[in-house]
Amino acid sequence: MALDEQKTDGFKYVGTRPNRPDGLDKVTGRAKFGADMSAPGMLHGAILRSPHAHARIIKIDTSAAEALTGVKAIVTRADFSKNIKFAPGSKGATWSVLENVMANEKVLYDGHALAAVAATSQLIARDAIKLIKVEYEILPHVTDVDKAMAPGAPIIREGTADSSVPDGYHPNVVGYHNSGHGDVAAGFKEADLIIEDSFSTEATHQGYIEPHACLATLGQDGKGELWCTTQGHWAAQKICAALLDLETSQLRVTASEIGGGFGGKTTVFIEPVALALARKANRPVKLVMSRSEVFRATGPTASTSMDIKIGMKKDGTITAAQGTFRLQGGAFPGAPGNFTAMCAFAPYSLKNVNQIGYDVMSNRPKQAAYRAPGSPMAAFAVESIIDELCNQLDLDPFEVRLKNASRKGTKASFGPRFDDIGLVETLEAAKAHPHYSAPLKEGQGRGVSCGFWFNFGGETSVTLALSLDGTAQISVGTPDVGGSRASIALMAAEELGIPYEHIRVTVADTATLGYNEISHGSRVTYASGLATIKAARDAIKKLCKRAAIKWDIPEDAVKWQDGCAVPSGPNAGDFDPIPIKQLTATMGATGGPIVGHFEANPEGAGVSFATHIVDAEVDKETGKTSIIRYTVVQDAGKAIHPTYVEGQFQGGAAQGIGWALNEEYIYGEDGRLQNSGFLDYRIPLASDLPMIDTVIVEVPNPGHPYGVRGVGETSICPPLAAIANAVSAAAGVRLRQLPMSPPRILAALKVK
Amino acid sequence: MNKIHVSTTVNGDDTEFLCDPRETLLDCLRDKLNLTGAKEGCGTGDCGACSVTLDDRLVCSCLVLGAEAEGKKIQTVEGIANGDQLHPLQKKFIEYAALQCGICTPGILVATKSLLEKNPNPTETEVRYWLAGNLCRCTGYDKIIRAIMDTAADMREAH
Repeated sequence: MALDEQKTDGFKYVGTRPNRPDGLDKVTGRAKFGADMSAPGMLHGAILRSPHAHARIIKIDTSAAEALTGVKAIVTRADFSKNIKFAPGSKGATWSVLENVMANEKVLYDGHALAAVAATSQLIARDAIKLIKVEYEILPHVTDVDKAMAPGAPIIREGTADSSVPDGYHPNVVGYHNSGHGDVAAGFKEADLIIEDSFSTEATHQGYIEPHACLATLGQDGKGELWCTTQGHWAAQKICAALLDLETSQLRVTASEIGGGFGGKTTVFIEPVALALARKANRPVKLVMSRSEVFRATGPTASTSMDIKIGMKKDGTITAAQGTFRLQGGAFPGAPGNFTAMCAFAPYSLKNVNQIGYDVMSNRPKQAAYRAPGSPMAAFAVESIIDELCNQLDLDPFEVRLKNASRKGTKASFGPRFDDIGLVETLEAAKAHPHYSAPLKEGQGRGVSCGFWFNFGGETSVTLALSLDGTAQISVGTPDVGGSRASIALMAAEELGIPYEHIRVTVADTATLGYNEISHGSRVTYASGLATIKAARDAIKKLCKRAAIKWDIPEDAVKWQDGCAVPSGPNAGDFDPIPIKQLTATMGATGGPIVGHFEANPEGAGVSFATHIVDAEVDKETGKTSIIRYTVVQDAGKAIHPTYVEGQFQGGAAQGIGWALNEEYIYGEDGRLQNSGFLDYRIPLASDLPMIDTVIVEVPNPGHPYGVRGVGETSICPPLAAIANAVSAAAGVRLRQLPMSPPRILAALKVK
Repeated sequence: MNKIHVSTTVNGDDTEFLCDPRETLLDCLRDKLNLTGAKEGCGTGDCGACSVTLDDRLVCSCLVLGAEAEGKKIQTVEGIANGDQLHPLQKKFIEYAALQCGICTPGILVATKSLLEKNPNPTETEVRYWLAGNLCRCTGYDKIIRAIMDTAADMREAH
C-alpha cells in the first residue's frame, strides 16, 4: 500500500473511547456464552477420559452404560471418519485433531478422551460414563522434554517426524528449525564477555474462565448446526465436517460470545464429539467441559528447555548470539519450536546469529497456541542473559538495548528486513518514563525486557450493508475476544462519516460470509479492520454513483465527505451535498440495496515490539515475590480504541506475571496432572497485582490504511524476563527456571 | 431418584423448581430457571464466576445445593439493574472498559455490589482482597478496580 493512501491524523472517531456495543449485555448477564444456549429436546453429553499417561486400549465395554435409563447415545472412535489417514508432521494435522478428539488404539496422556455419552440429564450422562469399562495395557510414559528426546525414551508414535528433522534424533523429535546469518563462531571471538546458560519454563494454561462448551444438532441428512465458544468458527466448521464426513457447507457454525481464548480456543475438542452424539441420538446435544477437563485435555503452552550463548563487547555491542530451544508439545506434533527460535533475537540487529528449535512429543495434552506462542519463553532466556551481561559489564540496560536495537532496514534474526517498526520508540519512552527513575526500597529490584511478535493477517471477509435510514450493519467473521466490535465500528464511522452509534457490528455465522481465519495472531483489529475500511470504501463508491446519476455528472466527479456525497471540485458542478440518509432512503428506486464488500488476505500485518519495566520485592524468609510496580510500553501502530489497547497491554502483563511466578503444570511420577484446578494452578488474583501502567507508542504500520498493528500478543512477551531480571536484582540470585515460585527462590537463596 | 421441591425468591420473584439432591444452586438457576447470568468457571468455588447472594450473603452458587435455597432470598446479576435503570456499577464497568470477554463480569458485579453494601468506602487493598475469589484472566484487574473505586466515590456523594 502506498504511504500517501495512509491516514495517520485528523481522525474524528478513531482514537476516541466510546462504550462497547456489547457492554449492556455483558453487565446484565444476558450475553450468551458457549454454555448459555439450549434447544428443544436437548440432551447433555459427558466424556470418558483416560486416567493413564500412556496405555493401549484393549477393550471398551459400554453395555452397562447403554442399559442405564436416560442414556440415548454412546460414541467411540468408531463413530468418526475412517477416511482420515495418519501422515508425518503437518500433513497429518487433521489426523492429529481426530486422534486428540477421540483416542483410537492408544491413550496418549492423562485426560485423553476415549468415549462419550449423551443422556437426558447431565447427572445421568456423568453416571453413565462411570459405567463404561475399559481394559488398558499400561505403557511406559514420558512427560519431560529433555527425557523425551533422550535415547530409550518411550516412543509416542513412530514416524511422526517430518522431513525437517535430521537423522539420528529420537522418534519423539518431530520438527526441527535452524536459521540465522553471519558466522557465530567468529562473532564470539570478537566478544569481551560471553555468557552461556540454560533455562527452562513449565507448561502454562491459557486459563480462560469460560470452559469449552457447545450445542450441536446433526441429522442423518448430513445437515448440522453448531453453537460453540471458539476463536474461529470457520476453522471449527472445516475440521468438524472432516472428522464426521460431512459436506462443509451443510454444517452451519455460530460463534457464541467467547469467555476468553488467548489461543486455546483455536482448535476443536468437544465440538465433533457433540455432533457425533447428536447424529447418533438424532437430538441436540450440549457438551460442556469441567475445569479439570480443561486443564487435563486442552492446550497448555509448550514447556521448554533452552540454551543461550551471547557475546558482547565492553561498549555493549552484541557480537554473536546462539540459542537452542527444545519445546515439549504433548502427544502430537505442532509445538512452535520454529517460532520460539525465530522470535528469540528479533529485537536485536545482529551480525552473527543462529537459532535452533525442536518440536518434541511427550505424554501430555497437545499444546495449543497461547498468546505469541513461543516468544515469551525465548525472551525469558535471551533477555535474562542480556541483563546479566549488562550487570557484569556495568552497562545501562536501556543503553545496551538501544545500541543493538532492530530498526527499519535491519536484517531480522529470522530473515527478512524490517519495515517501519517501533522498538526504539518503546525503549526511549520506557527510559524516559518516571517509573524507570523512581527510587526503590530495600529488598526491591527493577527489571526491564523487550519482546517481539510477528502478528498476522489471514483470510478475511467483511460485508457492510446500509439500511434505509442511513445506518450501517457490518458482518465480520472474527469472534470478538476483547472489544473488537467497538474498534471495527469506529473505523467504519471514520470512513462513512456517520456516528459510531449508527453502526452495528455482528460476528456472523459461517453461512453468512466467506471464510474467515481464526481470531489469532493479533489479527482482528488489523485484518477485519482493514476489511471494514475497504468494505466501507466500496459502499461509498456505490453511494457516490447514486449521487452522480442524480446530478447527471461522471462518477469520479463525486466524492465522499462527512457523511455526504459532494461534488469533487469546482469543475464538477454546483450541487448541495446529499447526506447518506437521503441516498439510502431512495436506494430501492435508484438501483437497489447498497452493500460494500471486502474479501482478501491482507498481508501487511506489521510486526510489533514492547518494552516492560517491573519492580519486584522478594521476601527472603518465605521466597514470595510481590510485584510492586509495572509499566507496559508497546507500539500499537495506531490505537483505534485506546482503552481496549490498554486492556490488551494490561492483560498480557498480568498473564506474564502468573507465568513468571506461580503457574505451572505439575505431573506426578505416574504421568498424571497433579493440579487440574484453579486452587492449585494459581492464576493472578486481584490481590496479587498492582495497577498496570501503560504507554501506547504509535509508529504506523505501512500495511494498514490507518497504521494499525495488532496488540494482543506482544504484551505477554517481555514479562517473564522483566520479572526474572527484577527478582534477580532484588534477591541477588539469578532464577533460570520458571515459575519463580517461593520454594524455587528459597532454594536459590540457600545455595547463594 | 425423587426430586426435591424447592420454593424460593429469586431477584424478588417467588419461584419454584424441582431438583435432584445432587444438583447445585448454579445448575438450578441456569438449567431450570434459565438464569444463565451466573457462570460455571470451575465448579469448585475457586473462580467466583457463579457468585450470587443467598439471604444477602455472597456465595459461590456452585458450592450451594439447589435444595438449600428453600425459603431463601437469592439475588443474581439479572437482578442488579432496577428495570431499565442500570446500577452505577454496571454503568461504570461499561464506561471504564472493566471487561474484555465479560465471562467473569456477572460474578464480579454481584461480589462488588455486596462489598459496597457492607463497606461504602473501601480502600483499593480492601477491594482487591474482597475480589480475590473472583478470577479475571483478561484485564489484569486494573480497570475493574478503577471502575469500582470511582463508583464507590460517586455513590457516597449521592448519599
